Amino acid sequence: MDWTWFHRFGSPPHFYRIAGKLIPWCAWLAAISGVAGLIGGLVLAPPDYQQGEGYRIIYVHVPAAVLSTMAYATMATAAGVGLIWRMNVAHAVAASCAGIGASFTFLALVTGSLWGRPMWGTYWQWDPRLTSELVMLFLYLGYMGLRGAIDDTARADRASAVLALVGVINLPIIHYSVDWWNSLHQGHTLLKFGKPSMPPSMLVPLLLAMLAFVLYFAAIVLVRARGEVLRRERNARWIAELLGAPS
Amino acid sequence: MMHWLAMGGYWPYVWPSYLLTLLVLVLNVTFAQRSAQRARMDALRRAQSAAAPQGRS
Repeated sequence: MDWTWFHRFGSPPHFYRIAGKLIPWCAWLAAISGVAGLIGGLVLAPPDYQQGEGYRIIYVHVPAAVLSTMAYATMATAAGVGLIWRMNVAHAVAASCAGIGASFTFLALVTGSLWGRPMWGTYWQWDPRLTSELVMLFLYLGYMGLRGAIDDTARADRASAVLALVGVINLPIIHYSVDWWNSLHQGHTLLKFGKPSMPPSMLVPLLLAMLAFVLYFAAIVLVRARGEVLRRERNARWIAELLGAPS
Repeated sequence: MMHWLAMGGYWPYVWPSYLLTLLVLVLNVTFAQRSAQRARMDALRRAQSAAAPQGRS
């Protein structure tokens, strides 16, 4: 297999250019699918036969929760790539994921709590799914705190990458918590064998909302990572040329 | 319209969820743009000062 694309992606000017081209595409597609998902979820989808209109929190809760774990997986993968191949761009991407991931973990917890109150009768329960998601919030905050505490970027990259990789153990725990333990949280709706347990009128807006969140995440990570690359490479010649400064 | 806003009585849970989501989405855009802008300005400043003549100092 030809791996040149991989090494090219690790070149900061190349990454900077490609990311700049991808951002508007991700942002516009996120906006379009987001609006479609919102209309579908809040207006077109029928009420649930058990939860009535209250279930509509699903259209923000599930995408936020999915994104919170996806952002962690992206962060850990990028951190691992950065650690193994000493790729500065990968570390920049990893560092860019943390804040967004933390905010979406927080969002998943709060919207879940707001959904739990009317349906379970409580805002919070030390349930395996909820607790493991909370642990992930602390992992994100620990990662950000660790990076912030180390001045030397290369050392911060390595130390935080190790933390991110250790925290990966929490991802399968979050995912399978509803199977492994007797959880108050409902089981899998989408990722299960056979058909998803939702009619298309409810499912399609959910998938659109998830797509919107993922594209939104990609756009924000790329914006942040471009800034991060500029910061790391600030003395490089390509930046002076790129910014049009006389050299 | 009022009927829809009431969300079958679940409005105190549904609308705060959507509002908070909107807030998180907007803040992430703002922070990301601000941080990228700062990096850009900083890089531009460095590039210009590196290109400037060093004679006077």
